[in-house]
Amino acid sequence: MLDFIQQLVGGLALGCVYGLIALGFVLIYKATEVVNFAQGDFMMLGGFFAYTFIAILQLNYWMGFLLAVLSMGLVGMLMERFVVRPILGYPQFSIVMATIGLGFLLRSAAGMIWGTDDLKIDTPFSTGVLKIGDLVLAYDKLSVIVATIILITVLYLFFNKTRLGTAMRATSENMLAAYYMGIPVKRVVSLVWAISAMVAGCAGVLLAPITFVHSNVGLALGLKAFPAAVLGGFGSIPGALVGGLIIGVAETMAGFYMPQGWKDVAPYVLLLLVLLLKPEGLFGALGKKKV
Amino acid sequence: MRFIFKTDYEQDIKLLQHGGHWWSYGLLLAVLAAAPYVLGSYLQSQLVFVFIYATVGVALMILTGFTGQGSLGHAAFLAIGAYTAGYMQSRGFTFPVYFPIAGVLTGVIGAIVGIPALRLHGIYLLIATISFGFIVEEVLARWESVTHGNEGMRVKAVEIFGETLTRDSNAFYFLCLGFLVLTIIGTLNLMRSPTGRAFIAIRDSETAAKSMGIDLSAYKVKSFAISAAITGFAGALYAHKLSFISPEMFTLLLSIEFIMVIIIGGAFGLHGAILGAIFIVMIDPMLTALKDDVPGLIASVSRAFGTSAERAEQIREAAYRFGSAPGLKGAIYGLIIIGFVLFEPLGLYGRWLKIKLFFQLFPLYKRATFKRQKTYVKSERNR
Repeated sequence: MLDFIQQLVGGLALGCVYGLIALGFVLIYKATEVVNFAQGDFMMLGGFFAYTFIAILQLNYWMGFLLAVLSMGLVGMLMERFVVRPILGYPQFSIVMATIGLGFLLRSAAGMIWGTDDLKIDTPFSTGVLKIGDLVLAYDKLSVIVATIILITVLYLFFNKTRLGTAMRATSENMLAAYYMGIPVKRVVSLVWAISAMVAGCAGVLLAPITFVHSNVGLALGLKAFPAAVLGGFGSIPGALVGGLIIGVAETMAGFYMPQGWKDVAPYVLLLLVLLLKPEGLFGALGKKKV
Repeated sequence: MRFIFKTDYEQDIKLLQHGGHWWSYGLLLAVLAAAPYVLGSYLQSQLVFVFIYATVGVALMILTGFTGQGSLGHAAFLAIGAYTAGYMQSRGFTFPVYFPIAGVLTGVIGAIVGIPALRLHGIYLLIATISFGFIVEEVLARWESVTHGNEGMRVKAVEIFGETLTRDSNAFYFLCLGFLVLTIIGTLNLMRSPTGRAFIAIRDSETAAKSMGIDLSAYKVKSFAISAAITGFAGALYAHKLSFISPEMFTLLLSIEFIMVIIIGGAFGLHGAILGAIFIVMIDPMLTALKDDVPGLIASVSRAFGTSAERAEQIREAAYRFGSAPGLKGAIYGLIIIGFVLFEPLGLYGRWLKIKLFFQLFPLYKRATFKRQKTYVKSERNR
């Protein structure tokens, strides 16, 4: 029983990371109907920036965290300005391939700048456990869960209650109409990419105590966050988190209870099942076809 | 584009649109047929890879370029074809038996994959095909009784009617070339038939195609099946060329390379697949040249401009270190994809057509002819 709860908490933490990356996907998709395959690599870059600020420049952890997140916002805006804005309006396939290329580029650049070893950051959560009776829960996993809850609440309120958030939702539904309504569409899209990159950077910094910082962490986690986003429905923010949690728990349980090899495949099998049975996801809305 | 004015139906269903094409392609075929007797073995080997990549490129063109279903899972189909060929060969079947079976089996699996894909479009289809690729890769690694798992499988040379064609021989080269030519002629024939026209209709607007009476499910499944079958055949040839296959060779990266073939070449015509294949296969030798020859070149150029000997040596060192950085191949792939999507959306073949148009229309060519009109995102949810 205790094992089960341990695995559950581990699965929830992993699921929160997937949920944060999936959240980044969903944010960008909601604004521009582009799926950013480089989201996992944004996460990896967030970790590397945190390493630079905390380990190399020896700043305070929280200061380094903040700076890493802000620099990721800057990176997100730059990527949007130079890679995505020129190709808005192309068929979706081309834009997706451009983000795949961006992912390659970011991964190689990180490998060339910071090297290909695993890097370690000292965080207040690296050591330390919470003991509830016989249950031992590590602080690093709990920090991920708590941070995700905070982020999701903030973003949900932002998108549903503020004007800027409503403008972003409007841009995603019909960009031409948003132009007509006087929404500064290009600025809104830049901001969405910045927010999405910041969320991914957060996930990267939080993940650093668990998986260490290296350049391939983005690809593996980013690809597994797709089932999370699809499961939740590509247009819904709480859906991204719920999807991430389900996938994270499913993967950890599959790794623990099922024979070897199922751990890596379980998210994808789950994804294919969801796509077969309910393609719009748990929280998604089915669009109508118009000619 | 070369504007060939269509005046009657006969013209529409001709195999090659322009009479001059028979001459130019015939010449190209003659050059390729003479190549193994003229070129060294390394270039001949690379050409065989070009043929195999081009075959898969043509298959992917049928699915993505002509039917509009993007697929990032073709490495899985290649793997299925390769492993079928390897397994049946180890069981004692001969090439004329297992080669068709590899293709047909992959085609059947492609049809099975196509059926759930009917409900998916655009980004969901891409994600579903990526998942399919991962699942196949994992199955290949776990199904040890058939595929020897991660140890890999040795594939012996092709044996047809008692003759053994080793993977470096001229005969194998001609086998691959012959298969590529057959695929191209088959695809041209497919595209001028009602099925091909239905594919293009599905790409342009599914709703309009349905209202014209085209059965979407049947044609999409057909497209998947044909594309997978051709890739399966290419997989069997690939297995023989490499003579050793293991699941790590058929990863997502290989699927992305195939898509790059389409993007680099241009996603609207068969020429694109061939040009893209040449480009992709050339990247590896180019990277080696970047590491070996280019630093010396840069150093001697800077010497010619008057820098001192030790400065030139430093430059050479820096260039060499840059060229042998471990992640350089990924960065170059990324830059190529981004560069082509941003600046050459019609690919290399598109650029070639634009150059021809320039000379045709000289001096009235306007760059704005190909300028993009729509710079906002039109939602593809309601296509």
